[in-house]
Amino acid sequence: MSLDDLYKETILDHTREPRNKGELPEPDVATRGHNPLCGDEILLSLKFGSDGETVQEIAFSGRGCSISQASASMMTVGVKGGRLDAADSLGRNFKALMTGTGSGEGLSGNDDLEALQGVKRFPVRIKCALLPWTALDEAIETWRRASRPAMSRPLSASGDHPAAVS
Amino acid sequence: MNSRVNPMRVTTPPDSKRSMACLPARPGQLAGAEGIESELPSLDTATIRRDFPILQRQVHGKPLVYLDNAATSQKPRRVIQALVDYYEGMNANIHRGVHALAEEATDAYEAARQRIGRFIGATEPAEVLFTRNTTEAINLVAATWARENVRAGDDILITAMEHHSNIVPWQWVAERQGARLKYVEFGPGGEIKLDEVASLLTPRTKLVSMVHMSNVLGTINPVADVARLAHDAGALMLVDGAQSVPHLPVNVADLGCDFLAFSSHKMLGPTGVGVLWGRRDLLDQMPPFLGGGEMIDLVGRERSTYNALPWKYEAGTPNIADVIAFSTAVDYLSELGMDRVRAHELELVAYALEQLGSVPGITLYGPDALQRRGGVASFSIEGVHPHDLGQIVDYEGVAIRVGQHCCQPAMESLKVGGTARASFYVYNTPDEVDTLVRALLQAQEMFS
Ligand SMILES: Cc1ncc(COP(=O)(O)O)c(C=O)c1O
Repeated sequence: MSLDDLYKETILDHTREPRNKGELPEPDVATRGHNPLCGDEILLSLKFGSDGETVQEIAFSGRGCSISQASASMMTVGVKGGRLDAADSLGRNFKALMTGTGSGEGLSGNDDLEALQGVKRFPVRIKCALLPWTALDEAIETWRRASRPAMSRPLSASGDHPAAVS
Repeated sequence: MNSRVNPMRVTTPPDSKRSMACLPARPGQLAGAEGIESELPSLDTATIRRDFPILQRQVHGKPLVYLDNAATSQKPRRVIQALVDYYEGMNANIHRGVHALAEEATDAYEAARQRIGRFIGATEPAEVLFTRNTTEAINLVAATWARENVRAGDDILITAMEHHSNIVPWQWVAERQGARLKYVEFGPGGEIKLDEVASLLTPRTKLVSMVHMSNVLGTINPVADVARLAHDAGALMLVDGAQSVPHLPVNVADLGCDFLAFSSHKMLGPTGVGVLWGRRDLLDQMPPFLGGGEMIDLVGRERSTYNALPWKYEAGTPNIADVIAFSTAVDYLSELGMDRVRAHELELVAYALEQLGSVPGITLYGPDALQRRGGVASFSIEGVHPHDLGQIVDYEGVAIRVGQHCCQPAMESLKVGGTARASFYVYNTPDEVDTLVRALLQAQEMFS
């Protein structure tokens, strides 16, 4: 096992130049993920299409290590423009890959995410890779809960207004 | 053979973000360290290192460079042997047998109490209570003394640089008893100001609980002065000595405190033993902590009377083997001399701050003045998250701690998510500092 298994070039690339980094000015949903162990924090903001079923825009901000930042960056690329169901299943497959219950076949076509496979062998870092995905789960759930009965648009999840988070 | 820190090498780094103000006035005297004995013979680190079997091992194919001493220290062979000797030679339960082994074990256990008490200047062994660790020692005071003496509307004063173990127990006391928990903030150099402490003390302040040496910033707080202020205000003073007792000469009479808590595992001893030292009159008055065997005098059907000090606070079979081995660790430190331990770490941290200061984009935390700083260097490096730093230097064999160091309020005050921290002890050398710095530069290159 070498350090290069963890810090693959793809990962370093996403760390140096994160995609979709920032905060959406008027998100439909914003959620915050937090890793109390290292103090890392991620803020996800999303806008959905008029059908309510497509991820029109997604952005992330906050602070974190290369693994959580790269994972977040790859995640936004993976779900942007796609349907919610697809985002859901990508998340499920990625988590299965990280926790060793899946082989990652559901990620086919997403080479970047597959580069994160090496993280599996560094158990303390798995949490880092999963942090943005947990935040995404929460965002999708919040959106569905709020939009299904009334199709009303919630401002934010878990009471955190995005602007209040730096 | 001696540790070869040359104080002449301590210069102000040109491109560190903060001026370190540590130009030496003359060889043997560290700037900012006036008043620290400079004529002491240095520690012979080469010989000391041979006493620590673990320092022979490799990590990822590289020699281990252990710089996580503030989390826990390594153990000399003598301490490990003390455990083996106890279990192979005299294992028995104590204070309750008439046979030879029980007597020997009891004597060894109580002799350990005496030696550990002497190490911190306790007037009598009865003031030395064994706990599991610093955390349990602080919780003991919260669960006994504070339960009886803190009332609704009272204040407890702590600082923003406390370890969680000196925060959470007081949050509980405050919540349970309707008291207020107040914080003394620290300044940009990690320092606590006495007049700020004074301004927060009121007639309702019942306790000041303060870390002697910060595990994050390395700050050595003026706890003796704070104890005087606390006493003038009618409050008691608890000192968290988890980092100071292992690294500085500490004497409870000089500190003038009422309680002192520390852990064996951070000072060359085994895990599973801590100490609460307390003033005898307080310990006599306080209610017991846990109930059970050993701590009782007479047990009736309805109520019981309690044993004398210190056993009143030591319910159940104690951690006999580890207590005995802890006293071996204390003997080892005494033989080195705590003033020499301190001088060694001072030289190392001065060298480390200088070398770290030359890393581009580094921010160093904690006091500039070396006499107010222990052997701890916390830092962050622009563009590389502490978690990544820790992982990458590990592959060079270097063990450092990264993250929040169990001090979330301090991280909030510093406005950082976490830091990387190198912390030194008697076996560390300037070469190891160089290895750390090389590994940090490597990490930086990786992310540039
Ligand atoms: C300043 C300080 N206080 C308290 C503690 C808690 O010590 P223990 O975990 O041994 O109870 C530590 C340990 O990290 C510490 O550094």
